Formats: sequence, structure tokens, C-alpha cells
Amino acid sequence: MQRIGVFVCWCGSNIAGTVDVEAVSEALKSEPGVVFSTNYQYMCSQAGQDIIKNAIAEHKLTGIVVCSCSPRMHEATFRKTAAAAGLNPYMVEIANIREQCSWIHKDMATGTEKAIILGKAAVAKVNLNAPLTPGESPVTKRALVIGGGIAGIQTALDIADAGFPVDIVETKPTIGGKMAQLDKTFPTLDCAACILTPKMVDVAQHENIRIFSYSEVVEVGGFVGNFDVKIKKKARYVKEDVCTGCGICTEKCPMKKAPNEFNMGMDNRPAVYIPFAQAVPKVATIDPNYCNMLKNGKCGLCAKVCTAGAIDYTQKDEIIEEKYGAIVAATGFNPISMDKFDEYAYNQSKDVITSLEFERLTNAAGPTAGKLLRPSDGEHPHTIVFVQCVGSRCAACAEKGKEYCSKICCMYTAKHAMLTRDKYPDTDVYVFYIDVRTPGKSFDEFYRRAVEEYGVHYIKGMVGKVSPEGNKLMVQASDLLANKQLHIEADLVVLAAAIEPDKSARPLATMLTASMDTNDFFTEAHPKLRPVESPTAGVFLSGTCQGPKDIPETVSQASAAAAKVIGLLAKDKLTGNPCVAHSDELMCNGCSSCERVCPYGAITYVDKEFRMPDRTTAIRRVASVNTAVCQGCGACTVACPSGAMDLNGFKNAQIMAEVDAICK
Amino acid sequence: MKVAYFPGCTLKTKAKELDAYARKCAETLGITLEEIENWQCCGGVFTTARDEAATKLSSVRALKAAGNANQMLVTVCSACHNVIKQTNHAMNTDEEFAFKVNNYLGKGEEYDGSTKVMHYLELLRDVVGYDKVKEAVKKPLAGKKVAAYYGCLLLRPNSVMHTDDPENPTLIEDLIRALGGEPVVYSMRNECCGGYIALENPDSAKKRSNKVTDSAALAGADMIVTACPLCKFNLETNGSKLPIVYFTDLMAEAFDLKED
Amino acid sequence: MHKDNNAVRDEIIRRSGVNPRKCMRCGKCSATCPAYDEMEFHPHQFVYMVESGDIEPLMNSKSLYQCLTCFACVDRCPRGVEPAKLVEAVRLEVIRKQGANHLKADDIPALVTEELPQQAIVSAFRKYTK
Repeated sequence: MQRIGVFVCWCGSNIAGTVDVEAVSEALKSEPGVVFSTNYQYMCSQAGQDIIKNAIAEHKLTGIVVCSCSPRMHEATFRKTAAAAGLNPYMVEIANIREQCSWIHKDMATGTEKAIILGKAAVAKVNLNAPLTPGESPVTKRALVIGGGIAGIQTALDIADAGFPVDIVETKPTIGGKMAQLDKTFPTLDCAACILTPKMVDVAQHENIRIFSYSEVVEVGGFVGNFDVKIKKKARYVKEDVCTGCGICTEKCPMKKAPNEFNMGMDNRPAVYIPFAQAVPKVATIDPNYCNMLKNGKCGLCAKVCTAGAIDYTQKDEIIEEKYGAIVAATGFNPISMDKFDEYAYNQSKDVITSLEFERLTNAAGPTAGKLLRPSDGEHPHTIVFVQCVGSRCAACAEKGKEYCSKICCMYTAKHAMLTRDKYPDTDVYVFYIDVRTPGKSFDEFYRRAVEEYGVHYIKGMVGKVSPEGNKLMVQASDLLANKQLHIEADLVVLAAAIEPDKSARPLATMLTASMDTNDFFTEAHPKLRPVESPTAGVFLSGTCQGPKDIPETVSQASAAAAKVIGLLAKDKLTGNPCVAHSDELMCNGCSSCERVCPYGAITYVDKEFRMPDRTTAIRRVASVNTAVCQGCGACTVACPSGAMDLNGFKNAQIMAEVDAICK
Repeated sequence: MKVAYFPGCTLKTKAKELDAYARKCAETLGITLEEIENWQCCGGVFTTARDEAATKLSSVRALKAAGNANQMLVTVCSACHNVIKQTNHAMNTDEEFAFKVNNYLGKGEEYDGSTKVMHYLELLRDVVGYDKVKEAVKKPLAGKKVAAYYGCLLLRPNSVMHTDDPENPTLIEDLIRALGGEPVVYSMRNECCGGYIALENPDSAKKRSNKVTDSAALAGADMIVTACPLCKFNLETNGSKLPIVYFTDLMAEAFDLKED
Repeated sequence: MHKDNNAVRDEIIRRSGVNPRKCMRCGKCSATCPAYDEMEFHPHQFVYMVESGDIEPLMNSKSLYQCLTCFACVDRCPRGVEPAKLVEAVRLEVIRKQGANHLKADDIPALVTEELPQQAIVSAFRKYTK
């Protein structure tokens, strides 16, 4: 028989306002096993915890029930309290009489009645609790960062600087991501390349960092501290360790019609290419979709001109297997397709472009060498219309676009408008906005400068239709403050396209068993208090794969994710969760139902020898749980038809005892 | 193949040639348009109000008649098509509305919303296929630069019509190509001609129509094709420099069905 | 807000099936409206004024008869508000009253021309008359 102590918390007036705490502690006194019951204003305070510790010692308690807030809030606190008093921490049960009781009831009588029932259920469970001891597992002291944009770069550098080896996996031939495509960065207008490329070089030269470029993660197994990952290094048909990045092959390649991804397809690149001058690694890649040698064996020029002998047309995809202690998702974003918004004529005119295309048009390394020229005819545009919120803030019922605010568009549009007016004062620049959202350090000041110093015309309204007529773009728009419809004859229209997570994020989340929201952004473990951790242990989030954010915010989050990874890798051993499943082998009939439902792959089947009557033995197939992988979700216990599967700390008998106590 | 056919008021009066060539061209392509018996005027324009039941009864009766014959319901006039398709959508999505409408129809005559509604142009694309249209061409429209005019009714509201990309459609352009002509894409092809405002405020219709015809002319078109008699009227009477013809006219010409 | 205004507003919302609260005041409806310049109250104002119950000015406005029902505002609204349906609902509020028809049969002979298709007359009647 247990000796149980009950501790009812007032939580100030949070609980005591709707629950008669005195009545609760009094009612629970007479429950089976209860030898002590009390209540206190703040049970989680030092004084409250002392009450618990003293009671454990004084009354020789073998189990305790704390009637308080959600176990998500203070279960860990009270388990520590119990442990400090010499009680096994798994002999603690929390009855949630705040979130699930006092906060949702208005009437004291109803609230009190429910609190007593919840308390009784917890007491019934503790009566069947047994001390549990968590297992330990070792930690592989290496981190994997998936994505080599500014988020992945910052996370990798911080982890590597702390002394742990890091691998970056990047699908493109170079790291650098979207930031490498930008011209200037708001609100300080530093040149993006000037602040990014030194970091890229740091990554390349860091003794603790390996870069797997032109590669992707294809399989993830294992668990926190012990992930087994398969990485596919796609054949680039160039020996990475031999290529010097001299670029002769790219100059001599006769096939120069491949769309240049780095310039958003606004110009072409050769079939063998280095995406941009500061690429890391500075190694050529052959695009098999355009290379004549790879397509029909007719060419081979690059191999002939390569003095290093780096070209290898026979190269194959390669699978690398590696172990990691922690994984960071940093898969980034892309602008959405403009296909569903063709009232802006993106698909009908070359002079309607997205903001990321505008970046390339103003970038010295871009298709126009930094001169702002119209894609259609290479003329300098004199009237430019910027449209905000294209595809952002759309209602779900509109069946196009995204419901969220993309967050970065107001600021980059202000930047584009300001820089255009600065460099080309003869240009008329209009920005159509719904709201100008500039919460950030020096952000609103920046936007105001665009208006006040640079004379950008900000118009509260929206563009309804862009009509390409001859070499002009007729922009029909509303000016809501003047209550007018405007017709602007523009030369260039720039759409602030909403951003969305990279398409690789969804399959990656499946491999990582990490959760995502409906927009395919990774979900954080807690939106406020654990913003860089995934709910899946050992998986961390960096940058825009978690939600829209600008560069300063991305870098902060990237470093925060690194800090969490370092904290994990610094440990030699990880304490597991003892509330894991286990199978009663005598009852197991080997049906595989549990194995099929286990989301973590924690269950395998083994053939085991069993002693049978009359000194015979028999081989039977039974379930075996890898306790290091099991997350204690309990799906197997529900699926098991013979009742062999049970969950420590949540045994079927315990759950039934709780139900009985509630229904009594 | 036989389909139920709803010609509509204007095809029986001011736009008889639209009706005649639609039938002839369909026959050439192996499709018979079977005119619904005792059809009534669709009303010309869909009333979006949910409590407007009586004004939609003629459409529902046409839908029911087609359904009884186990046929899809085909229209040539964009306006009829829009009204009937929107009515069908309301019957399928607005239970309260459908209940009221069915109470008008009498016992055993309820309409269950199952009839498929197609515009003649969709029939060409989705049932006949442009390849088959191409085969039927005897006199290709070689060298003819043709601007397709969709107006609003063929495409909008897109959530109901689902005809094509409402902002960058290719339905008629693809037909022009199949007939051997050269489609001219211009920006105002999915903007309104003014529609029924022509009756009360002809100036407003003129402004709308001129925008459309100017845009097509600037894009280098020789002619404009449309599926709607009111569109044709508005574009024509407001001083278009380009001839406005029905798409069925083009087809008849290419199929060599014209007697002149 | 007057209580009667609330009742009219609720009726218009019910009849149109439009929820004006979904509007984020971007003004795309008025940006895309081909009849904008013919209107005293513009599509975005219809949405806002219906939401706030300020419906009488709309009922007295000629704007009700300038909407072309082209559904451009319906299709292009990023919030799925469907302003044209509100215009229709307010118009019905007016013309359903006895003697309030905007177009009368007697007006027709003066308005029609030889070429005008039947469709135009039928449509105008449906929109302007009960």
C-alpha cells in the first residue's frame, strides 16, 4: 500500500478563484492510500516545495499528487522536488486543476467538484505507480545542418567554433542561399555579398566544417544523440578535389543556353558552370540536362581544356552514411509562383518581375551588370510601380496565395524604391501598399526616409490589373485615401511575391518525424519559449524554414539553434525517458500490429527461445522495443490485440484506475 | 454523340447565324445539338442573391431536362452559360436555395444538381479535342491574326466556372490555332465590354468596349472573335476598327461550311 | 448605429452570403472595377459601409445601377469577400419595394436601337426591376 501525500495549489486566485481548494484537500484526505493532504498559495514557490519535501520526510510518503497547473508547466519542477527529498520522481502525479478546470469554469461549485474528481483520478493512478529509472544513451558529437543559406552558415559556424564537427548539406552547387542573390540589405544598406562572402569563406576554411554541396539528405534513422543519416552527393561530373575553379571550362563550353538560376532565369549560363564568382566550393558543375556530352556523347570540350583533369563524365551519385548527435533544418524559402495572379501579367510581360528578380537587375554581378534596365528591351525604365502583398494575406477561401504576412516585403520594397530614386533621380517610383509593416530596429525610420528624403510615392491602395499595351504597362489601381482610381503608364512593375518554405522541407520533415504547420513551415516545440527546437528531440530549426523572417532575425535564430545544439553535444550521455513501451513476451502473439503503427520505428521482431512444458523449448516471434528510440506515445499499446504492450508510467491498469476513479 | 442544347433568346433572334453555324460545325465534328423542348430564357444575367429562386427556375428546368435525357447541357452564348452554370453551382452548394427551388418544381420533378454544364468551346477542348477540330479544317485561316475576346462571363467567377486560367486563358487561342489562324494575345481580352449597361448608359459601355478593341488593335489583330452576342454588339457599335465575328463563323469558314 | 440599420445590414449579409468582416481594406476591388468612374460609391466602400450599417446612402446612390456584374472584384479579391454580391443585395433591397423599379417597361422603346440584342434588355430588366 502506498503512503500518498496530496498538495493542492491555489495558484494565487488562478485556481482558488473558482475552486474551493480547502474543500479539495479535505475531500482527497479520505481517498485510499492518502495519509496527508494540504493546500498552499503557490506550491511551485520555494516555500511550497519545502512543504512537499518536509511532508515526504515526515509522513514517509511513497507517492505524491500535486493538484496544480498543467504538467507541461511544472511536472519537471515537482519531480525535482520529490527527487531532492529522496522520492523516485516518477512517483509524482499532477492533477491539472487549472487549465482543465478553474480556467474553464465560472461556477465555484462545479469547479470544486471537478477538481476533486481530477484529484481522485491522480490518487488512483499513484496507487499503481512504480519507481522508474531512465536509461542513458551516448551522444555522437557531430552536427548536421541541412541548408547552406545564411541560416545554415551561421548555425554551422557557431557550432564549429565551439569545437564540434559540423556537416552542411546544400542541394545547390554552392552555399550562400538567397542572401547571395541580394544586392543591398535593409536597413543599413550594406552590400549583401560583402557581408556574406567572408562568412562563406570562413565555412570553407573551418577545420570543423565539411560542406556537401550539390547533395541532399535521403534517409534519417536513429534518435537524438544518435542519428544515422544517408546523404546523396549528386554527380557533378567534376572531381571536387581536383577542380581549381579556374573557370576555363565554363568559358569554352559551347552550350550556353541553360537558364541561369542564380539570375532568376533572366539570362543564360553554360552547361558547365560555377553559379557565381564567390561560390563555395569554387568548383564547376555540369548540368546533365544541357551538357551535349552527357546527353549524346557529342562534345567533351571541357575535358579537353581542363588542365587539372577534373572533368569526369562517368561520375555517379554517391551515398554517404554518417552519424550525428543533432540535426538542424535550415531549408529556407522561395518566392511563390505568380501563376495564379496573372491579373498582374507576370506571365504576359517580361517587364513584370518579382522583387527577387529586381535584386538581380540591380546587382553588379547580375544580368545587366547592375544597371536597372527593362528585361524586354534593355531600356532604362522611367516609371516603376511596386505592388506589395502579392499572394500574402490571402484568405483560404480565395484559393490562391498564402494566409500569412511574408514579413520581409515592406522593407525590401522600401529599399528597392529608395535605391532606385537614389541612383536614378529621373525615375518616378510608386509603391502600392495595404499596410506598411516596419516593426524592427531602424525599420520605420528607413521607410520614412524613402518617402521623405527620396520622394517615393506611397499610395494606400492596390493594383487591380496590369495591361501590357505596346511597350508600356498600363497599371490600373486604387488610391483609397484620395478615393480615386488611378491609371499609371509604367515601364516596369515589381511584384512583392509572398514567400513559402522550400519544397524540400516537407519530405525532410517526414524523414525527421518533425511536425509542420499547414503552410509547410516547421513547427517549434513552443512558440514562445522553445522557438528554435522542433518537438522532435535532437532536431533544431534555423531561419525561414520555421516562418518568414529577415536576415537579422534569421542570424539571431541561427545562433540560438547553434547554442541548443552545442548544449546537446556538450553532454556525454543523454538521459532517456523511462516512460517507454515494453512487451510482455509471454502474451505477445507476434502479430506485428505494434510495429506497423510505431511512428518512430522503435519496434522490431525477434525470434526467441521459450521454455515450454515438459522441458521442451519453442522458438517464438515476439516484439522488442528499442527504449532509446521509443518516445512513449502509446500507439502500440492501443494497437496490440493481446494486451502484451504496455507503457511504463501509463500502464493500462493505471489508466483504467483513473477512469474508474472519475466514474465512481 | 448527342448533347442537350440551350440556344437562348438572342440566338433565336439577333444572332441566328451563331446558332446555325454552331449546329453545322458540331455535326461536322460528330456532335448533334439537341435543342431542349420548351426552354425558357435564362434571364441574361445571374442574380447572385441567395433568396432569388424564381429568377433561376428557367435554368433549373433546362438542367433538369438535360439530366432527364442523360445528356450534358451545352450552350453557345456566354451569358446563358454563365447563368446556367452559376445556377447549377448554387443548386449543388446552397442547400436552402436548392430546397426552395425544388419546391417550385413539383413532386418527383426535383433536380439533384447532377447535370454537367459545358460551353461549346469547352466541348471542343475537352470532349472533341483540338486535334479532331484540326482534322476537320478544309480551308485553314492562314495568315489571319485573330484576337480572342473572352469578356467576363466565360471565365468569372472562376471558383464556379473553372473554364480556364481566368487571367491568362488559352481556350479560344488554342481553337484559333487549330483552325490555322494566328492568335493575338492582348491584355483586355478578359475585361468587361459593358454588358447590359449599353441600354441605360451607352457611354459607359463605349468606354469599356473601346479599351478592348484598342488593345486588340494595338496588339496587331485583324479581327476579334467572341462567343457572346452582347459582347459583339458592344464592341461593334462603339466604333471598333476591327471586325467582330463569332467563333462559330471562323469555324464554319475553316470547315468550308459557308455558302457565299 | 440605429437598430433598423443593423437589421438591414444583417438582411443584406444574409442575402448576399458575403462576410464583409473578411475585408482587409486593400482596395483591390476598386482597383479592378471597370465601372469605377461611373460610381459615386466604389466597391470597397460598399463593403465598408455595409459592414458599418451605413446603408442608406448606398440605397440612394446611382452606383447601384452602374455595376456591370463582371465579377472582376469577386475573382481578384485576395480575401474572397465578393463585393459584387453586396452591390446586388443592396440593389435588391431597393427595387423589391413597391414602385421602386429602376427600369420601367415604358422606358424601353426610347432606349432600344434596332441592333441591340434581346439579351441586353432581358439582363437590364433582371438587374433593375422586380
